[in-house]
Amino acid sequence: MEGELREIWVYLSASPLLALTLTLVAYQVGFWIYRRAGFNPLLNPVLIAVVLLVSLLLVTDTQYSVYFEGAQFVHFMLGPATVALALPLYRQLERVRRSSIAILASLLAGSLTAAISAVGIAALFGASKETLVSLAPKSVTAPVAMGISEQLGGLPSLTAVLVILTGITGAALGPLLLNLMGVKDMAARGLAIGTASHGIGTARALQVSELAGAFSGLAMGLNALATAILLPLVWKLFF
Amino acid sequence: MLFYLTVILACQLIGELITVASGLPIPGPVIGMVLLLAGLLIKGGIPEDLATVGDAFLTNLSLLFVPAGVGVMLHIALIGEEGLAITLALIGSTLATIAVTVVVMRLLSRSADAADSEAE
Repeated sequence: MEGELREIWVYLSASPLLALTLTLVAYQVGFWIYRRAGFNPLLNPVLIAVVLLVSLLLVTDTQYSVYFEGAQFVHFMLGPATVALALPLYRQLERVRRSSIAILASLLAGSLTAAISAVGIAALFGASKETLVSLAPKSVTAPVAMGISEQLGGLPSLTAVLVILTGITGAALGPLLLNLMGVKDMAARGLAIGTASHGIGTARALQVSELAGAFSGLAMGLNALATAILLPLVWKLFF
Repeated sequence: MLFYLTVILACQLIGELITVASGLPIPGPVIGMVLLLAGLLIKGGIPEDLATVGDAFLTNLSLLFVPAGVGVMLHIALIGEEGLAITLALIGSTLATIAVTVVVMRLLSRSADAADSEAE
């Protein structure tokens, strides 16, 4: 019996179907909990899904690469989804045009704050040089952040993880901070979330309001550009 | 609908090509987003079928980050070793970034609004 079970397991884990299905199931469990909790940002569905899947992979002693073989079909759709962010942006373009100077200035301020505060705090608590470099571009969307990290001598794969954790942190804690600060303007909320926590923040912003989603997607794109240009220059000043 | 899915993929593909060819530090999909925006501006509106396809991607945007998120397991050991520094840096810096961005945005939009009302 046990041998048969093992055979089935070996067969299933060799096909992308299992990882793909598990990813969808874990996310839907996460989303169900998130919805039941009245869309409480702390119960971010990505966070719940990641915790469930990582636990499952560790318990079954499955390699990430085996899981990703199947999950890559979901991962692939990030590209077209990013292109589709043109839709909310187009719908809110008038609003974006009107506040273009405020957008650029706050984005630059946020972009520098993200890198300097992350490196500063981590250095204060004794993080290694490698971690500091990998941490610096963490507020930028993953492909760009990995490129910057590599250029500065960090670990791109560690940066990818820190980028995701930053996204989840911003999506989970950002709305609470903005509520505490009394910020009601959806454009300003979206811009701040997108600058700090890229696509994962944008996903959360879109769930709340299209205006916030449009500004968040815009901030994500602009912050990628700003950080890629500014961070290597700032880094040279300090190190 | 298949047509607009093709349009979206083509925007991404051209974006990737521009990234590779120019060496610009912008990911291909972000350039693809700008291309699609330019197309919408030229066309002067969003075709209904494009909205259907695009909004389907965006409604489930969070899901698409899950596979990359599971990659956290690759660095669990390192994150455990420097856990305190990393956790504090991520939380502190993310909150600081949000606060600074929103404060600057509000100050400048307020002064712009004030200038507008003065001009009126």
